Amino acid sequence: MISDFTPVVWMLISAGILTAIMMAVAIFLGPKKMTKVKAEPFECGIEPTGDANDTRFPVKFYLVAILFILFDIEIVFLYPWAVVFNELPMAAFVSIVIFMTVLMAGLLYAIKKGVLEWK
Amino acid sequence: MNYDYNLSAIAVPLILAAGSVLVLLTDVLLGKKAKDSAYQTTLTILALAGVFCFTRWGTGGSAFFGQVYTDGFTSFFNLAFLTVGFLVVLNSPNYLIRNGIDHGEYYMLILLALLGMTFMASAGDLLIFFLGLETMSICLYVLAGFHKSRAKSNESSLKYLLLGAFFTGFLLYGMALVYGQVGSTNLAEISNYLAEAANPLGGYMGIGLALLLIGLTFKMAVVPFHFWSPDVYDGAPTPVTAFMSTAPKAAAFAAALRIFYHPGIELGIPWENVLWVLAVLTMTVGNFAALAQTSVKRMLAYSSITHAGYLLVGFLASNELGASGMLFYLFMYGFMNVGAFTIAYLVNRRGKGNYNLSDFAQLGTKSPMLAALMSIFMLSLTGIPPLAGFFGKLYIFSAAVQEGYVWLVVIAVLNSAISVFYYLRVMVMMYMREGEDLADLEKAPTVAITAVICGLAILIFGLFPSPLLDLARASIIALL
Repeated sequence: MISDFTPVVWMLISAGILTAIMMAVAIFLGPKKMTKVKAEPFECGIEPTGDANDTRFPVKFYLVAILFILFDIEIVFLYPWAVVFNELPMAAFVSIVIFMTVLMAGLLYAIKKGVLEWK
Repeated sequence: MNYDYNLSAIAVPLILAAGSVLVLLTDVLLGKKAKDSAYQTTLTILALAGVFCFTRWGTGGSAFFGQVYTDGFTSFFNLAFLTVGFLVVLNSPNYLIRNGIDHGEYYMLILLALLGMTFMASAGDLLIFFLGLETMSICLYVLAGFHKSRAKSNESSLKYLLLGAFFTGFLLYGMALVYGQVGSTNLAEISNYLAEAANPLGGYMGIGLALLLIGLTFKMAVVPFHFWSPDVYDGAPTPVTAFMSTAPKAAAFAAALRIFYHPGIELGIPWENVLWVLAVLTMTVGNFAALAQTSVKRMLAYSSITHAGYLLVGFLASNELGASGMLFYLFMYGFMNVGAFTIAYLVNRRGKGNYNLSDFAQLGTKSPMLAALMSIFMLSLTGIPPLAGFFGKLYIFSAAVQEGYVWLVVIAVLNSAISVFYYLRVMVMMYMREGEDLADLEKAPTVAITAVICGLAILIFGLFPSPLLDLARASIIALL
């Protein structure tokens, strides 16, 4: 039983060795030129302004992020389902309809609670 | 490929799941016009699920490739959860409206917590059990902090969440080790392994089962994993406390019976010794802490730890009588605790809101009916015949004597004697103490109805315990 997991251990060890080699090559052989742009926390082409510590974010972002995760998960389920849709039995269709119903009920709830109203 | 989608096997959880969505939508769509639409919908759904559970009583077998059992054991616990859920929901609006937290989400969370519990009791696989446990726990974390403007409630929620997450780690690690040893998470496979292995606790199995037990005993609030429970119970809104101290405890014991109840398989001396020590510690620590409490709510919280200790005695005895005694006790404990907490919050209104024992002063003359009901709950929790609590203890203790745990039963009976002191203190306060002039009680019909149902159930099942015990015994036999 335990011996079934020997390949997993080998994979862990080889992944560790490979990572160590790649990091060592980059550290010892790679050129190091520090420029002002490279030292910035975000490199996006625009000069950074202000301090990240005293900037306040509207709490609404948090709700939007939660809703985003909901629909992210929906895609994760729907894509594989849609790809093999033709070969699946009726039960798979029923399952996904139930899943979508619950999801839509959640969306309706969120809308009614005013999560998407941005003032 | 053969698909095993027998949806009628999980009719009760399905009704609860559909119901929770329905309640949520009713509340946002109709909530403004009809204030108590969510409340009424929830009661209807719980009643419907109860009828389904009762008419389609489990006859054995499993569904979804052995992931879910559909036996009498499942039905028995489903009925217990639904009963507690119904009683808690029935009296909740009074508390919620008074405290300005009358939101429909409360009912949805209760339904979803019940959904998780039904899967804990019916799980045929460690993963289904884990999903059920998490569904239940997450709902309870939110419910504990439902009074979101009150610091105590937030404290309660946060403590429960952090410790719950911590102990979930233990539970999962235990499952991983059990899987490593057995090669399956299926409970039937695990019990086959235990029956065939020369040394059942050898290899990773001993530590795996021990970690599983730790995860479960956290939910049961067994000493030394009980530290969360007094603070969590004290801070949570009182109907939620009534719910948390009964139904999840029953669910945890149900899951423990599903996983560990294998009559005929000796798990060995270390296992018995561990359970023995846990039982003694739980009874004694809970009892002595309860003695020192001045708040009725905290006293009931500690007393619920003690009762987990009594239940562990039955769990250790692990024979037919012990296990069916546990089922009987858990069912009745729901009535006793919900009733006691309900009256406690109604009476709390008279005093300064600290659940002081002195709020009960002169209740005997001001409201004889409530005082009589509270006396029934207290006497039943103590274990005075002919109330239901007595028979629960009788079955459990006699099962332990049958198995030769005489000293354990002696300690348990001594503990029951100690508990007389703090339970009867409430009655002394109600009938014999001339207290300060406290306000009159408000009229709260739903609370009164809940308390009357609880009181009647305790009286009826105390006078005629055999039908329920027979049902419990049939459920235990179905477990094999």
